[in-house]
Amino acid sequence: MAVRDYIRERFFPHIWCPGCGHGTVMGCMIRAIENLGIKKNDIVLVSGIGCSSRICGYLDFHTLHTLHGRALAFATGVKLSRPELTLIVPMGDGDAVAIGGNHFIHAARRNIDVTAIIMNNSVYGMTGGQYSPLTGYGNFSTTSPYGNIDQSFDTVKLALGAGASFVARTTTYHVTSMINILEKAIAHKGFSVVEILTQCPVYFGRKNEFAGAVDMLKYYRTHTTPIGSKMKKKYPDLIERGIFVQEERPEYCTEYDKIIKKANEER
Amino acid sequence: MKKNILFVQGNEACAEAALYAGLDFFAGYPITPSTEIAELLSYQLPKRGGKFIQMEDELSSMCAIIGASLTGTKVMTATSGPGFSLKQEAIGFAVMTETPCVIVNVQRAGPSTGLPTSGSQGDVMQARWGTHGEHAIITLTASNNQDVFAMTVEAFNLSETFRTPVILLFDEVVAHTRERLIIPEQGEINVVERLKTSVKEGTDYHPYLPREDGRLPMSDFGGVHRFNVTGLMHDMWGFPSTNPKIVYGLMHHLVDKIQGHTREITRIKEFFVDDAEYLFISYGSSARTALHVVKNRRARGEKLGLLELQTLWPFPVDFVAERCASVDCVIVVEMNMGQIFHEVRKVSDAPDKVFLANQIDGSFITPTDILNILRIIQGKGS
Repeated sequence: MAVRDYIRERFFPHIWCPGCGHGTVMGCMIRAIENLGIKKNDIVLVSGIGCSSRICGYLDFHTLHTLHGRALAFATGVKLSRPELTLIVPMGDGDAVAIGGNHFIHAARRNIDVTAIIMNNSVYGMTGGQYSPLTGYGNFSTTSPYGNIDQSFDTVKLALGAGASFVARTTTYHVTSMINILEKAIAHKGFSVVEILTQCPVYFGRKNEFAGAVDMLKYYRTHTTPIGSKMKKKYPDLIERGIFVQEERPEYCTEYDKIIKKANEER
Repeated sequence: MKKNILFVQGNEACAEAALYAGLDFFAGYPITPSTEIAELLSYQLPKRGGKFIQMEDELSSMCAIIGASLTGTKVMTATSGPGFSLKQEAIGFAVMTETPCVIVNVQRAGPSTGLPTSGSQGDVMQARWGTHGEHAIITLTASNNQDVFAMTVEAFNLSETFRTPVILLFDEVVAHTRERLIIPEQGEINVVERLKTSVKEGTDYHPYLPREDGRLPMSDFGGVHRFNVTGLMHDMWGFPSTNPKIVYGLMHHLVDKIQGHTREITRIKEFFVDDAEYLFISYGSSARTALHVVKNRRARGEKLGLLELQTLWPFPVDFVAERCASVDCVIVVEMNMGQIFHEVRKVSDAPDKVFLANQIDGSFITPTDILNILRIIQGKGS
């Protein structure tokens, strides 16, 4: 199918600002799903609140646009009730690890077969550019006018520590790799986390001396490196991208099926 | 005929009734005094292929049942005061998205952590107005195990009929009182199944376009119709809209579908009401005490009656107004500072004849508590 077969064209043009990276992520998601050959009726897209969450309205799947931070909790209900469906949850950084942080770590711990895509633009975009848990120390936002004193999460380490069985990071500059990673994440049976660095030139960029989207994309090119590269050893501050973990572990719905079996044997 | 008789507590009656009504999915978080519902269902649900999940918190439990409901299953969660507060945002989401679900709140004394193991009826108004924004809600309650069973099945039925969350507002006394429960035979109590759309694949399906009778047939997530569900104001396809006409229409639909069916939703029990001069209005465990007083005084020839409300919201305005008009004096018996009392005063022909007999110290309301008020009203001392 063509890309346009996956979108709800009547809602375009989308609401994202010029230069926003979210459209790139959406495009890559569509291509990953197309490559996997999953039927549209078998996909449920669940989102929370924020710029990233608007993806739901634009894509022609079963779409559930929920509450700020709670997308994974809704997705857990859908998935456990209908395990045969493919669940994809696009989230923003505030959505995923601030207000939704508890749901995020517990979904990871359960290893429920849901793909969480964290579109990390380092800022609350929908509300006009306040600092998030991924803004970074020293950076500026509308609520950190003197510079941010909050330390950031390392989303990858957080996901690994919480027990996610697939964890990856990529950026909107690395689109080919993003499609590839998303394919693997969606196909993976278990909780998959993909952190995608995506540019917000309008709010994060303007406050932090980025001239525009291109400038930010170049930053992703120069400030990231494949996992375990020589560059990383030489420049430890570089952000690693790639797949950090991809392991087969007991998946929640499969485990629950065993409970059903056990409960009926006991009868 | 051999009857299926159990000796159980109210929480168990609720769980049994949920299963009777066809519960497929339960998500919850442990909290006193509702936990037994979760415990029982964690054991029973998998036996019938249903799903139980203990979520990480109260908020996610509420969210998970909404997600599960959208796949076409009957869902429930159970909690108490503090958890009920936490669920409010998602209850509003269920209201807005017209997702059937049942929320049990076994009330304990509050505010805050309050008295976790004591009875109270302090959440009547939270059930009505807990979630933000203008909306209507259905709230049912019960005073004994048999009624807990009946009202729980009713909650599922109303939830499916009106595509709305329904709150079961029990209290600690009812939930933990052990007494007889007769499980009805299958078919003895009507069970309403979900109304599914007959629109065929490839034809435009409108998830939010009411039929002539106001009902909205549903399509399951994972089915042949792909549509959007959002907490934003939305059009008949479920897509966000800020169009004033659409917003106005949706607001009216959400409120009217419930307020406009108040009589249909009203469940009331009447005891000695016909010739009553003094009328008690009560609900939940308080109604047990009120009924005791009524029966006792009737034996002495005093004309007391009891109106036991089982539907609290939408408040049965016409019914209560009518009954109030035919008596000399109305005494609302409840375990709070007058949450239903004020509603009754609002609808009574003469608000000055409406009195409150209550108990708020965590102990169960006794006949003496009621009689003390009655004596004052009757001018027999203070």
